[in-house]
Amino acid sequence: MIPFTYTRAASVSDAIRLGAATQAKYLGGGTNLVDLLRETIEQPSSLVDVTGLSNTIEERSDGSLMIGAAAHNTAVAEHPAVRRRYPVLARAILAGASAQVRNMATVGGNLLQRTRCTYFYDNDSARCNKREPGRGCDALDGFNRTHAILGTSSACVATHPSDMCVALAALGAVVHLTGAKGARTVPLTGLHRLPGERPDVETELEPGELITAVEVPALSFAARSTYRKVRDRASYAFAIVAVAAAIEFDGATVTDVRLALGGVATKPWRAWAAEAALKGKPATAENFRAAAAAELAGAKPLRDNGFKVQLAKRTIVAVLAELTGVQG
Amino acid sequence: MIRINGSAARLPDDPRVSLLDLLRERLQLSGTKKGCDQGACGACTVLVDGQRILSCLALAVQYDGCSVTTIEGLAADGALHPLQRAFVEHDGLQCGYCTPGQICSAVGMVEEVRRGVPSLVTSDLCAETIALTHDELRERMSGNLCRCGAYNGIVDAIAEYAETAR
Repeated sequence: MIPFTYTRAASVSDAIRLGAATQAKYLGGGTNLVDLLRETIEQPSSLVDVTGLSNTIEERSDGSLMIGAAAHNTAVAEHPAVRRRYPVLARAILAGASAQVRNMATVGGNLLQRTRCTYFYDNDSARCNKREPGRGCDALDGFNRTHAILGTSSACVATHPSDMCVALAALGAVVHLTGAKGARTVPLTGLHRLPGERPDVETELEPGELITAVEVPALSFAARSTYRKVRDRASYAFAIVAVAAAIEFDGATVTDVRLALGGVATKPWRAWAAEAALKGKPATAENFRAAAAAELAGAKPLRDNGFKVQLAKRTIVAVLAELTGVQG
Repeated sequence: MIRINGSAARLPDDPRVSLLDLLRERLQLSGTKKGCDQGACGACTVLVDGQRILSCLALAVQYDGCSVTTIEGLAADGALHPLQRAFVEHDGLQCGYCTPGQICSAVGMVEEVRRGVPSLVTSDLCAETIALTHDELRERMSGNLCRCGAYNGIVDAIAEYAETAR
């Protein structure tokens, strides 16, 4: 690790003041950042520890849930309101990492964790446009079985690794930010950028801006929701394909639906095309397949990850079948 | 200051020191093991205020005021902790390198089950009590790898301990 200073922020305003320093970084649970420091992929001059800021999980009168950014993953997954009203969120969190990591990791940090692309991590010998803009991407023609098929560019094909974010994308979560210019909100689906020509710029955050909370809006039909993660081993592995889904279903027709994908895209991927194809339609296997096909129509497979197109479609269909009881 | 197994210790001046290196290199508590040093194996698992965490991904300075329990702190006055005895009885180890992490992790895990924390394989997320079935135990311990493959003994030892601790 390159030397840095460490300060524990006592309040949001304290954090913003400290975070305005050049090359400052906010520190949550450290489960990703400490590793990146050790690999010298991240080289901040100062760390501002924000784990002492709000970690409350509050059910508000409008039915929404406000989660302080310092809340630990475990605390969110075990919260009674999350388990009862947003099972997709509880299951997505519990599908991620291990219990030890979930006990350390924070919600804010989860949103800003970086890709686990092996070429991004190979600081010694691989080219990576996220680490060194303009240098090139060795994943494009390399071993890219785990890489993205949606939202990619000629500069970057790395997946966003979070499970929690996929559920939050499906639920229409809103991210609360505070920076030097004050407070604002962005939808979770608008927080992360597509890589385009600048894969090193991963979010819409301004320099020094801090995530203070994540708001999950009221969504009555989210009680019928789930998260399915397909991976190379049964536990403690990143997703090859993941599907978050919530469905409003009157026994025959899909009156409303939320779908998002993980493991296949460069950002938490809200499946808008699949939702549009399914909403208002009879809940049939044929319509599930058509919705999945609509979402994957724009997929751009690489040398080793073409299988993800079929796997994603089948996983979407299987999850919709599970939630409706309609045979997929 | 930080408390390690009941004794106060000074935090390092250098914020780069991990909790794992503080334990092993500065306090000579080498029971906690360094496996991957990148959060993939669980060998460095310790309990902080009762919660299991990975000490390799923890900067020691972040844990100011916290109370840490390592494998050395579980064996009171030289007598083995019940889970340590169960590991011996069930052959829950071969080389033993992952064992301190397995044991600290399992102590934290049993407490999580008691608290009602669900896991990925819990079918009813809203259940008030969760039975520690074979599948539940394996899923909840998936953050601790054993390269010798002593998993059958590890699972048996933890299951027996969880049963008696209940």
